[in-house]
Amino acid sequence: MASVDTIAARPDLQGPAGAMKETWPEWFDRHSRHIFIWPAVLMILVFAIFPTIASVIIALSRIRFAGGGFQVRFVGLQNFARQFVGNDQIHFLGRFNQMSALGWIVSLAVTAAMVWWFVKFFKGGFNLVGFLGRVITAGMIIGLTLMFSGTLLSGNAWGTLGTTLFYVFVGCSLQFLIGLGLAFLCSMPIRGKSFFRVVFFIPLMITPLGVGYAFRMIADTNKGPIQPFWKWVGLENFSWAADPWAARIFIIVGDSWQWIPFIFVVMLAALESIPRDHVEAANVDGASSWQIFREITWPQVIPIAATVMLIRVIEAFKIVDLPNIMTSGGPGIATESMTLHAVFAWRANDLGQSAAVAYLLLFVTVVICASFFNYVVLKQLRKS
Amino acid sequence: MSAPAKYDLSRRSLFERLFEPPRIGAMAPATKVIVYTVLGLWTLFVVFPIYWVVVTSFKLPQHVNEGPVYIPFVDYMPSLHAWQALLVTDFGDTLRSYINSFVVSIGATVLCIIIGSMAAYALARMQYKPKLGIILTFVAVLLAALVVTILAGVDWKLTMAAALAVFFFLARALGKHFKATLGNGDILFWIISQRILPPIVVIIPIYLMFQQVGLIDTHLGLILAYTVGNLPIAVWLMYDFFSGLPIELEESAQLDGATRFGIFWEIVLPLTKPGLAATTLLVLILNWNEYLMAVFLSTSKAQTMPILVAAMNAGDRGILWWTMCVVIVVMILPVIAMAVILQRFIAKGVLLGAVKG
Repeated sequence: MASVDTIAARPDLQGPAGAMKETWPEWFDRHSRHIFIWPAVLMILVFAIFPTIASVIIALSRIRFAGGGFQVRFVGLQNFARQFVGNDQIHFLGRFNQMSALGWIVSLAVTAAMVWWFVKFFKGGFNLVGFLGRVITAGMIIGLTLMFSGTLLSGNAWGTLGTTLFYVFVGCSLQFLIGLGLAFLCSMPIRGKSFFRVVFFIPLMITPLGVGYAFRMIADTNKGPIQPFWKWVGLENFSWAADPWAARIFIIVGDSWQWIPFIFVVMLAALESIPRDHVEAANVDGASSWQIFREITWPQVIPIAATVMLIRVIEAFKIVDLPNIMTSGGPGIATESMTLHAVFAWRANDLGQSAAVAYLLLFVTVVICASFFNYVVLKQLRKS
Repeated sequence: MSAPAKYDLSRRSLFERLFEPPRIGAMAPATKVIVYTVLGLWTLFVVFPIYWVVVTSFKLPQHVNEGPVYIPFVDYMPSLHAWQALLVTDFGDTLRSYINSFVVSIGATVLCIIIGSMAAYALARMQYKPKLGIILTFVAVLLAALVVTILAGVDWKLTMAAALAVFFFLARALGKHFKATLGNGDILFWIISQRILPPIVVIIPIYLMFQQVGLIDTHLGLILAYTVGNLPIAVWLMYDFFSGLPIELEESAQLDGATRFGIFWEIVLPLTKPGLAATTLLVLILNWNEYLMAVFLSTSKAQTMPILVAAMNAGDRGILWWTMCVVIVVMILPVIAMAVILQRFIAKGVLLGAVKG
């Protein structure tokens, strides 16, 4: 990690050697290159890189606490194998079934799409790095598709991996569409713009725990504020937290309430940074608002939209507070995200499993985010 | 009627009058209705959960348990009993968590901003060329040390010290032979990419590490962990502000004999005040709401507000919603104030540049 000490190698920056005694400020100034950057690098080395490496070791072993310290026993890949083929397969991947017709169709369609993607890549010329990157991305997509086809599409429940991906993809798409829509409405010449801006922004800043409790109260069909409505549709004794799909949707609603503001504020700022004269020129030419949006506004905000989605997806993979508060991961494991899975394993003093699940989360996050960055965000940034 | 017929407003059909804007830059009446309705409904959706938490904090148990009542003084008589229970009877416990939260989030924010903006400035204005070979050596030595610690059961302090010694020896011996170097962009990307790291991956080793050095359940431990979590954001945003400044000012100051720290402190930081304020607020809010790290690293003494709120989930008599709502209100009050200020910076586009690049 050592940066080359170029100042020490350049006598012209050192001053006349021994001419006078160096004072502290001078010493500081001479070493400022290092003093500026090393605190941050050291912090990350000690509290992010070192733990990440140490986590591999923990994931490969079984840890027992004994008298203030802990004992480590190496068990190889056992903790990982358990998630895929062993005892915890149901918890992590889901309960597999004989593949249904729908499962076959989806798997084959996705595989065909991947093959087509590779054919297109080979036609455009071959390079090893691009090929390996695409192999990893395609492998991840096909693996996840097989997981979904074998569990959900064949009529069984999926595990925490499926739930996490559901939160990420369904939640983020929904949040993006609504956030962009609201930003578009607010970018119109309306009154009270600053009022809407402030109000729409607030949920982002509220602690996720508070959001979880607030939505639990509101969703209560028996005592909550919309009880008259539930009574009217005859669902006053329905419990959101007892039905897997209702519980998942319930968490997505809470998550969206919190995160739509993020998409909203960034996209609104992006929309407003577009020069007005293009839009006005199109207006004079008689273009409809939809045409203006599609032809002028959207191409200019795509790079920001891609970046904001990347940030949102990265954060979405870490979801833990909302499922923990709203449903405690229940019913069963229906709403348990991977982070929550790891927390529960840690509470059960099974640090090896906890670290293994955390590492699998890191792997999935990195592959998906890196793929998204390479094949979507960079492409858009290059275009603009 | 000298004007041509097609400009005669009275002759336009109802559809045209409703859906065509009267002039450029204005909205048609029907569009206006739709836009304001949607925005109004969304305002309701955003405000209602907050409103409900606030009114519930003034409810008696029977107001919650016997079906919904909506408006204080009209539907029910508000009561201060939950506020009293929390702020008078349980005052010590709540206050301690509140103070812990303040100390930890302010401490972590200050540390994060200082370290982060210094690194960001360095990356924006100075040239770094770390050698790839030395980095790989470092990772290899660290990995070897960990394997020895785990498999041979050697004391970790010993292996770490040995690893550092071996690393410095190797770096001295081999440093000249490594040719490939990285640049500032690589360092920046490396720091920012740490945000992808899910906290759950690092928190278990940090937990074990803190247990060894006695930092579990202390303010310092939480501050360190929080700081690292938000460092990528601080560096990313501040880098964008610093690299947007004109370099001439700094160059002329340097010619006048100002030191690097003098330039940073007296010229650069004042120029980036809005950006600095916005970043500070953002990091402060993230720290204030941080939950996962606090779950692992604080048990009782250093318990922060999120832990207090989460702990109310478990109770013998079910959740005491009214007390819970008081705690949530107390917790989100400072945040809403900060959010309103932060929103101003965002509206001015202060934070947009980073997202663009």
